[in-house]
Amino acid sequence: MQEQQFRQIESVVAKLRLDAAARVVFLVDKDGQQIAVNGEVGNIDTTSLASLAAGNVAATGGMAELIGEKEFPTLSHEGERESIHICVIGRVLLVVIFDDRSSLGLVKLRVKQVTPELHAIFEEVARTTKEAANDESFFAEITDEDIDSLFN
Amino acid sequence: MTFINYASREINCKIVYYGPGLCGKTTNLQYIFDSTAPQSKGKLISLATETDRTLFFDFMPLELGTVRGFKTRFHLYTVPGQVFYDASRKLILKGVDGVVFVADSQEERMDANIESLYNLEENLQAQGYDLTAIPYVLQLNKRDLPNVIPVADLAAELQRKGEPVVEAVASKGVGVFDTLKAVAKQVLTELRKS
Repeated sequence: MQEQQFRQIESVVAKLRLDAAARVVFLVDKDGQQIAVNGEVGNIDTTSLASLAAGNVAATGGMAELIGEKEFPTLSHEGERESIHICVIGRVLLVVIFDDRSSLGLVKLRVKQVTPELHAIFEEVARTTKEAANDESFFAEITDEDIDSLFN
Repeated sequence: MTFINYASREINCKIVYYGPGLCGKTTNLQYIFDSTAPQSKGKLISLATETDRTLFFDFMPLELGTVRGFKTRFHLYTVPGQVFYDASRKLILKGVDGVVFVADSQEERMDANIESLYNLEENLQAQGYDLTAIPYVLQLNKRDLPNVIPVADLAAELQRKGEPVVEAVASKGVGVFDTLKAVAKQVLTELRKS
């Protein structure tokens, strides 16, 4: 992902958080790697949350397949005070954490509104990643010493 | 799939510990967690049953340092080893960059090792991977127990492609970091090749 695309994603995520009156919005890829985060993160362990969100989507996706569905594109978990809404957008997951300052209806609406924009950005990311992979020389320059130094 | 973020200069890789039930996958992660400096690790998440058997996965993020200005972060996962959790195992292999097969060296667990290794090959194939082509390490765990099979016999039965074989006693930390290092090195070397 290139810097400009990252900034674009960050700005979409930040706007979504305001529009949805959410506490935190973050983007995670389907393998559980966090891409971007915006909001009152506080003590939330976002790395673990990203991994669990991906595990959650993978598990429900597995259930979907068993009953003949392709996937369940949205998941919502409502708690006493905090709730989570997850939306699958291609290879990424949009995770919105909200409390009683918002509502599931509003979050769903705002998520739906930004989905096409995020879709377009990630298609562009996929395209440029493919191009970059073709002429990428940076990683070819990593030496055995570089790798060994990580373990010293 | 290795996730490279050029904007935040991060490389994220996914390593999965695979193996039969009670072979010591979670123990490997627990030891890494206990012996890593707080600033290099996140929480160890364990989705386990009430009897401490892994139900879905264990997970811990581990930061190793920087390569050419890029932070390298490894996400370590275990799978549930029990045979009937196969659907979960398949899911956890999605997007994997490197696999550690933790074999139980005890004689009576040989069949379980072989069954789990076949299962790994099958599940990797289902996700579009080939065991012979991805970064892979074979760890022979529980070497301190009295009824273990000799290393040469275990390797002859379980080694698939000349992968590194590490003897371990995960509960005491023996071989745990050697295993991690062996697989992480292959993952980064693979990145260089690709």
